[in-house]
Amino acid sequence: MNPLHWRIFPRRRAGTFDKPATGRRSFLRAGAAAATGLLAGQARAAEPSPPGEPNWTKSIGPGVDDRPYGVPSKFERDVIRRDVPWLTATPQSSVSFTPLQNMHGIITPNGLFFERYHGGRADIDPHQHRLLIHGLVERPLILTMDDILRFPSVSRIYFIECPANGGMEWRGAQLNSLQFTHGMIGCAQWTGVKLSTLLDEVGLKKEAKWLLAEGADAAHMDRSLPLDKCLDDCLVAYGQNGEALRPEQGYPLRLIVPGWEGSVNIKYLRRIKLGDQPTFTREETSKYTDLMADGKSRGFTWINEAKSVVTFPCPEQPLTAPGLYEIRGLAWSGHGRIKSVDVSSDGGVSWNGAQLHEPVLPKALTRFSMPWRWDGAPALVQSRAVDETGYVQPTIAQLRKVRGLNSIYHNNSIQTWQVKPDGSVFDVQIG
Amino acid sequence: MSRSARRLPLASIALAGALAVFTATAQAGSLGPLGYGKAATPREIAGWDIDVRGTDGAGLPPGQGSVSHGADVFAQQCAACHGTFGEGEGRYPKLMGGEGTLTADRPEPSVGSYWPYAPTLWDYINRAMPFIAPHSLPADDVYALTAYILNFNNIVPGNFVADRDSLPKVKMPNRAGFSWKDPRPDTAATRCMKNCIDPKSVKIISTAEGKNLTPRTTGPLDRMQGH
Repeated sequence: MNPLHWRIFPRRRAGTFDKPATGRRSFLRAGAAAATGLLAGQARAAEPSPPGEPNWTKSIGPGVDDRPYGVPSKFERDVIRRDVPWLTATPQSSVSFTPLQNMHGIITPNGLFFERYHGGRADIDPHQHRLLIHGLVERPLILTMDDILRFPSVSRIYFIECPANGGMEWRGAQLNSLQFTHGMIGCAQWTGVKLSTLLDEVGLKKEAKWLLAEGADAAHMDRSLPLDKCLDDCLVAYGQNGEALRPEQGYPLRLIVPGWEGSVNIKYLRRIKLGDQPTFTREETSKYTDLMADGKSRGFTWINEAKSVVTFPCPEQPLTAPGLYEIRGLAWSGHGRIKSVDVSSDGGVSWNGAQLHEPVLPKALTRFSMPWRWDGAPALVQSRAVDETGYVQPTIAQLRKVRGLNSIYHNNSIQTWQVKPDGSVFDVQIG
Repeated sequence: MSRSARRLPLASIALAGALAVFTATAQAGSLGPLGYGKAATPREIAGWDIDVRGTDGAGLPPGQGSVSHGADVFAQQCAACHGTFGEGEGRYPKLMGGEGTLTADRPEPSVGSYWPYAPTLWDYINRAMPFIAPHSLPADDVYALTAYILNFNNIVPGNFVADRDSLPKVKMPNRAGFSWKDPRPDTAATRCMKNCIDPKSVKIISTAEGKNLTPRTTGPLDRMQGH
């Protein structure tokens, strides 16, 4: 069976995390049946591979009235968002992670887009939702969702990444999983109104320099943003990958702040207030600030700098046998487009340029790949992104040298995957 | 009101031409160039305008609260998660302690050791607490809780009364601990391609293998709690 087959059907893969449970046993049973089939013509009829005829071709399937809203194949049931229960006190103020190890493109499916709640998921009737825009404006307004849908609309593809993505790895390798080391990221096509269009409608007073965005969730989550960014490329979005936002992403309305840390992309957006200075909310003082080794903290560090990660191989997608593989991964930058990605299999001694896959969009996930012949020897696989500003993704050692060990946020360092001779893959850090 | 019910009167107004012109003129001053939405009244704005600025307490409402009243409210509303004196229960956040730990191997950022502005404490309690019934406490109780939390952090005395004048004057210990200008890029990585480091220097200094911290990534959600 070729390696690609193993990757596409993860439940049958003998991965690092597989319990020797039903998946493997049923596979063994199927193998035994196949062997018997070669001897007995009757059993051979159930053999799904050629020359046999699989059972699913011999009966009629459900009709178009069976699934009014589609769901993935039952064989993809392991491909779900997952959380780290020991990380937080409650699941209502916590995070779930996108299964990057099973993603096949730059768009994150809406049901797999990572979640970050500060007060649980709100369940809002769009007909009752209101957006209030006030403060240093000429005409404070209350907009219904019907009003917002009438404004000129745009669609843009952007990633959203929690600045704590990789935060558990600042002090050392902890989580043996791509999903948990890098899964606080998703990328979607967002549809909505440019924030600048809404601000034109209310009319900015000239003293307006900052904007406070607030959600209608239980946390009344709020963040301050400088007006320049708001007028540049921010969106007030109601669409996500062609359908309405998911409640997990702020239905019916969320702020999109392209390239900036996820927590400023206020979900369930209900209020925008223009001011002449920042509000210094709890979420931009006691949280989402970077504590340096000297005890001083950096605030308003909004941009997610360039980052990349190899998504195959990874702990969840080990190698099966020596041979030719395609190293695959994702790269992104809050400053704009990815210019290049390099891949190393020797822990950073030598690098080769990977192929970038179109589309290469600013502030969006970009796919890269590189053919790799694995000879079965131990390997240390890494990727390194360079963005259009020329910024080069740093190693964890370079980050620690500047920021120490006590930071939580903005770990955009190069990830190292250790490949062992048996093909298993582990999260490691090298020095 | 359903959408069709709202549209019917609008349609009849459109038929009466003179009245339609009058309506548009009457709204021209309060609506924007596209004319969408409705003007927000001061009363409507006041209901949602809850933010309080950390630096100077702008937005703090009338009201006041003492440390002793705060202790009572805290015992009823907060202690189950945060502990009687803010020491925290389980993984719920500690609200006190950690002074002098910001450069330590394991820093303990708390209200006392980390938060730069006292009015932000009022704002956060008011908007997000109690966790399961947010934004439900009267302003006086929020003032009292703020006073009590500042008191058990040894920032204000036992006779402190929190109000819109006193809170902005509270000097938080870590107020000067923040820089609000992003100094990045602060790493100077270069795009080396060959012989970038000595192969002999490449050593694994940390591995997740065997740490037993990783929830499973196949099968049902893993509820693992332990280290």
